[in-house]
Amino acid sequence: MKRFSIFSIARNALTGHRHWEKMWRSPDPKREYDVVIIGGGGHGLGAAYFLAKEHGITNVAVLEKGWLGGGNTGRNTMTVRSNFLREDSVPFHEMSLDLYHQLSRDLNYNLMVSQRGMITFIQSSAANRIALQMANTMHIYGAEYRMLTLDEVKQKIPIFDPSPNMRLPVRGGVYQPRASMVRHDAVAWGFARAADARGVDIIQNCEVTGIQQEKGAVTGVETTRGLIKAKKVGMAVAGHGSVVASMVGQRLPITTQPLQAWVSEPVKPVLNEIVVIRSYYGTYLMQSDKGEIVVGQGADPYPSYAQRGTFPIIEDATTSMLEVFPSFGRLKLLRHWAGMLDIPYDGSPIISKTNTCGFYIDVAGSGGFKTTPAAANTFAHLIAKDTPHPLAEKLGLERFSSGRLIQEGGVSANR
Amino acid sequence: MTRLANGGVIDRQRPLRFTFNGKRYQGYEGDTLASALVANDVLIVGRSFKYHRPRGLLTCGPEEPNALVQLVSDGDQPNLRATEIPLREDLEARSVNCWPSAKFDLRAINSVLAPLFPAGFYYKTFMAGRWDFYSRFIRQAAGLGHSPKERDQGRYERVNHHADVLIVGAGPSGIQAARVSAETGHDVMVLDMQESPGGHLLFHPRQIDGRAASDWVSREVGELQARENVTWLQSTTATGYYDHNMVIAVQHEPAESWLKERLWHIRASKVVIATGAVERPLIFPGNDRPGVMLADAAVRYIRRFAAVPGKRVLIYTNNSTPYAHLETFKTAGIEIQSILDLRKSPSEAELSLARNSEVPVIVDARITGVQGRSGVKGVTYQNGAGTKTVRCDFVCHSGGWNPLIHLYSHAGGRSRFEQASAAFVPGERAQGAYPIGGANGTFSLAEGLKEATDVANTLFCESVGNSAWSTPATPATEDEVAYRIDQIWPEKGLKGKAFVDFQNDVTTADIALAVRENFQSIEHVKRYTTAGMAVDQGKIGNPNVIGLVSRELGEEQSSVGTTTFRPPFAPVSFGAIGGSERGPLIIPARTTPMTAWNIENGAAMDEAGANFRRPFFFPRPGEVMEDAVAREAAAVRTSCGIYDGSPLGTFELQGPDTGELLNRLYTNRFDNLPVGRGRFGLMLREDGRLFDDGVTFRVDQNRYLMSCGTGAAGPVYAHIDRLLQTEWTDLNVYLVNVSAAWATMCVCGPLARVVLGKLESDIALDPTFQFLDFRDGALEGINVRVARVSYTGELSFEVNVARRSALKLWKILMEAGKEFDITPVGSETSGVLRIEKGFISPGHEGDNITNPFDAGMGWIVDMTKSDFIGKRSLLRDIKLGGERQHVVGLLPDDERAPVADGSALLPAQESNSRSGFQGHVTAACFSPTLKRTIALALLKDGQNRHGEKVVISGLENSCVATVTEPAFYDPKGERMRA
Amino acid sequence: MLEIPCPWCGPRNETEFVCAGEADRKRPANPEAETEEAWADYLFNTTNPKGVVREWWWHVSGCTRWFQIDRDTVTHEITPVKDPSK
Repeated sequence: MKRFSIFSIARNALTGHRHWEKMWRSPDPKREYDVVIIGGGGHGLGAAYFLAKEHGITNVAVLEKGWLGGGNTGRNTMTVRSNFLREDSVPFHEMSLDLYHQLSRDLNYNLMVSQRGMITFIQSSAANRIALQMANTMHIYGAEYRMLTLDEVKQKIPIFDPSPNMRLPVRGGVYQPRASMVRHDAVAWGFARAADARGVDIIQNCEVTGIQQEKGAVTGVETTRGLIKAKKVGMAVAGHGSVVASMVGQRLPITTQPLQAWVSEPVKPVLNEIVVIRSYYGTYLMQSDKGEIVVGQGADPYPSYAQRGTFPIIEDATTSMLEVFPSFGRLKLLRHWAGMLDIPYDGSPIISKTNTCGFYIDVAGSGGFKTTPAAANTFAHLIAKDTPHPLAEKLGLERFSSGRLIQEGGVSANR
Repeated sequence: MTRLANGGVIDRQRPLRFTFNGKRYQGYEGDTLASALVANDVLIVGRSFKYHRPRGLLTCGPEEPNALVQLVSDGDQPNLRATEIPLREDLEARSVNCWPSAKFDLRAINSVLAPLFPAGFYYKTFMAGRWDFYSRFIRQAAGLGHSPKERDQGRYERVNHHADVLIVGAGPSGIQAARVSAETGHDVMVLDMQESPGGHLLFHPRQIDGRAASDWVSREVGELQARENVTWLQSTTATGYYDHNMVIAVQHEPAESWLKERLWHIRASKVVIATGAVERPLIFPGNDRPGVMLADAAVRYIRRFAAVPGKRVLIYTNNSTPYAHLETFKTAGIEIQSILDLRKSPSEAELSLARNSEVPVIVDARITGVQGRSGVKGVTYQNGAGTKTVRCDFVCHSGGWNPLIHLYSHAGGRSRFEQASAAFVPGERAQGAYPIGGANGTFSLAEGLKEATDVANTLFCESVGNSAWSTPATPATEDEVAYRIDQIWPEKGLKGKAFVDFQNDVTTADIALAVRENFQSIEHVKRYTTAGMAVDQGKIGNPNVIGLVSRELGEEQSSVGTTTFRPPFAPVSFGAIGGSERGPLIIPARTTPMTAWNIENGAAMDEAGANFRRPFFFPRPGEVMEDAVAREAAAVRTSCGIYDGSPLGTFELQGPDTGELLNRLYTNRFDNLPVGRGRFGLMLREDGRLFDDGVTFRVDQNRYLMSCGTGAAGPVYAHIDRLLQTEWTDLNVYLVNVSAAWATMCVCGPLARVVLGKLESDIALDPTFQFLDFRDGALEGINVRVARVSYTGELSFEVNVARRSALKLWKILMEAGKEFDITPVGSETSGVLRIEKGFISPGHEGDNITNPFDAGMGWIVDMTKSDFIGKRSLLRDIKLGGERQHVVGLLPDDERAPVADGSALLPAQESNSRSGFQGHVTAACFSPTLKRTIALALLKDGQNRHGEKVVISGLENSCVATVTEPAFYDPKGERMRA
Repeated sequence: MLEIPCPWCGPRNETEFVCAGEADRKRPANPEAETEEAWADYLFNTTNPKGVVREWWWHVSGCTRWFQIDRDTVTHEITPVKDPSK
């Protein structure tokens, strides 16, 4: 892998950029691998990268049915944060933030981690209580989550201009300075390039159609490009968890629901922080580096694999956005889309072994982009060592039969 | 000023002055900003996004990529297309994203540095240090216009509409489809984006039924608009096609002067998509220079606005379309230098049109450069005979046509590449979407009209019955030149910048680089180069991107595929999407009969759940919250308080199996509850976690009245209704939500009986009226039900009364209690009283994780019942044992230590047996009664740790506290039973 | 915006309804006889198919009846069920 830098760009400029290498190979699948990862999004590619880098397992294939990063990795709102409620959630999400802040250098690929900070508006005493509970739990784990007065909120967000007859007046806010925006495509591409450089085979347009087992243990996967043998198979297919898991007869405690996002036309910088208007509908918005106002809300209210959402969600979110940013009335919606979220019953990630020996699952939780590096890292650990990573010990499927759920109220969606 | 003396729809009697980029100009009523700029010879209308190259108008419609302006004079709106802005007197607009001006832009330095900014360069550098440092500069450079600073003053609304058929686009096919559909008697709705109907007929001189097409349009549309079964909207853009044939459309500048825009939700059985097509640019070095314009756009400016883009034109094409324009150019007095045709052999029909206009045609020719930076001076081209430079002052090009299949694609329809027309046309259908005319890749007028007749006929012939039905005829048109196109791509490694996406400055070299770096999926190329991601969303550029990728890969275009068109078709203002729901209308607050009284009497209001607002506390002048709460709590503990309990949920359950149902819903029994008595019940979710609690009364043998928490009322109702209708359909029980029928006021405190006793009543308040009894009767002639329940721990009477009489009774009670200083109490005070008593709140101590044993409420769980909701999960919890979090009380060593809700619990230093997070404070307060800080908390293994010390770790303060029973005041409950 | 065919009220916008989950999820007659795994399966697991699913819908802002429909989770095509309240 030739290293990227300002100098490599300048050098290539001299030759008209005709000599850049492929960022990754497009090999034909081999007949057998030590590990096969199903799903070429951030989680799958990241798991392959960490298998190679931290566990020395390089005979790995990542199978992607479409194009790299074409699932939720390319469909989210790019926000990473660790403001969660439970003691079992916060350290895991903190690990993810730590990794995000160092990955650009490790991968030699600019993930454009923009540390904007996130401000959640507080508009009722109940919201205040939850913010305090979160802040205190996070504080224990060294994660800063600070209460802001109304004046401090106004100072940080100059265009905040609440309607005088607002249904739920903003009383103040709560602020996570380390919450960031990350260029989502770059996460997939950066992991892919670095994994490829370590020998991982990334195989696109290769859909898994079945999983072969013998005596309760995985032996390989059937794909549209033939049978590929492997004793360990990891599944990281956000939005298709139930579909792939059903190939080994595994039912999962999830529903698949669309999560919509949309952007305005780009404008010059007006909004630095990521803002969450939690009270009505859980609307959040931010301005991308490109200048678009990126907006999202909770999941659509029914299961769907259609990769499109229902318009009333956008209408609801827009009403709550205009309550606090009334000057946005003449900005225009440019594009809206939906990812498909595999939402676990308790809203927390599942990184787990299954009843089938050698079949491992990584279900992202509600909104898996923020957990990508931590999930990838702990998933690689689980696959390599067959025991969970210390920070993911409680994220296994066992928690559902033992009743030790990790109930998250701070997640973007729950059922 | 280049304006023809005659022609066009502009009103030469009504000149309009306007300002563009600081200079004053004049146009006419009927102009768009773009056409007025063309007429004023303004060539540079903006700068490109990345290299800040000067740009001119490329198109005449909503697909315009270059002429993006800030409309200063109308709310300072950013990123509007000059082609879509109707000219107004004193209009003021500026080009976006250039400084100091569009003519002289300092950021054009980027053009010189361009070799350092290949596609995706930012992924490869700026990794040292924090991205925030670099992104500050990049963000400033990015973005187009600026967001308005003032509140949007516009008003908006949403409306719903149903139609049997929705026709999108009132071009010739749309009009014909509307005609045929309307005659079947079905409800027809027609939407058209432009101010006037006619589509491309507005711009091109065609003949229909032997006369000018404009006559046909006005006659047909006039007749159709007069019909009862036709709804016709102009200036209305269908922006998205959603599930089950729901189309969203935005109507601009409706007739109502107070309304800015109206958003239509249209549910149609069938949707006919007659949105036409847009012209596609050719790719050649310098194709973005001001003065290089699409051929069809030039004709539109000339025909509709009498605005002439130049004096001497060179035409460049790969298809037959521009041959039909020669007449227009000639008539406008434009000298046509020549036609450069990429094709080797144009058809005889095309060549004869050129001959008639005496225009030389140079075949097999390619443009290799455009001279002039801020305006065209000449063009260099190559053909078999070598390289030649010709002089001209503008270039018109045509690379073929892109059917506008956006709505079809939103609906889930597929597209396919059709070789003959070199276009992505509708493929496999989804939902009720029927594309016709240009949108269907049918570029001939005659065929488009016929297609309209046929499609409308197929849609409706069944329902009208064949016998009674004679299809209206398809109107006749004059002969047309057959459409022929030969897509010829520029050679690889082209010298000079040839743009594929004008707005995002994506060139052929960028596409080649992306493919070289193994971005081969069209979606990858799009994301890596940002082609098609700009505000025109690739309307004109996407097919060229696909073509170039297929060329680089050596694959067929059909196998490279198309990108997904995501809604909206054209940008929609957030104002229109938000509709009229602002302020209190967002989620209307629910009120009780006492809400107005509460507010008048100074209540600070708070959200109470289920969209109720209710008093938080009642501050008297000079009081802060703590003072008011202390005073209110003291009143309840020592004399008398009153609060409005109306937001609580109330359900009536009737039927022979009601007792059985309640037994299954609650952890305790209700079938053995005597008539006339109430019982406190605890409801769990099936996963064993606290769900709700409340008192249920047995009114009659088969009739119960259940109350539940305000916020829980909706979920509890859903829970019971689901079980009755889907699981326990054998139970004979009717469930009615009567929450809104009853108002509830609670008179509480040691003097409550005295206050109530002052009222004239047939309800005896004697000692036989015991705790959890209820009695029906009248108070001061008002029918009531009085119950002895207590949420405060004091003697308490809950008075239930019909809503209409509630305020009257409330005032009577306030008057009666005056001498005892009866005090209205808010929810914050109720909270304090609850904490003192250690009453568990599912919303606080429940926290989605607590079971009744954790909460110390094992006394209310009857595990001998064969089944109840949650029992199985409790058995699991018991069997698994292990360390759970229990509800405990906490008494800080420092009696006045402030403790915030949500504070974390850590082990105190002296006990080393535990480490890390131990739980959190669920509710804390300074108890006015006990004169000290108290708290309820969830603590790991708390029931076995009474007497131990823990650290309460808050963000601002920490303190050490002793773990106790969660009951601080009157633990035996003697006061409420008094 | 789906159009949900309420068997009692006719087609209505989805915003009047609550999607209430998979219809084959039936509460066991005797929960105590269920193993921990079977009970957890009932409580939490779903079939969550990519394709047709039979599910409960609740017309909460209408007739308040619960009924079943067959809905394709990919195309969103809806087929009414013969006896929708069973």
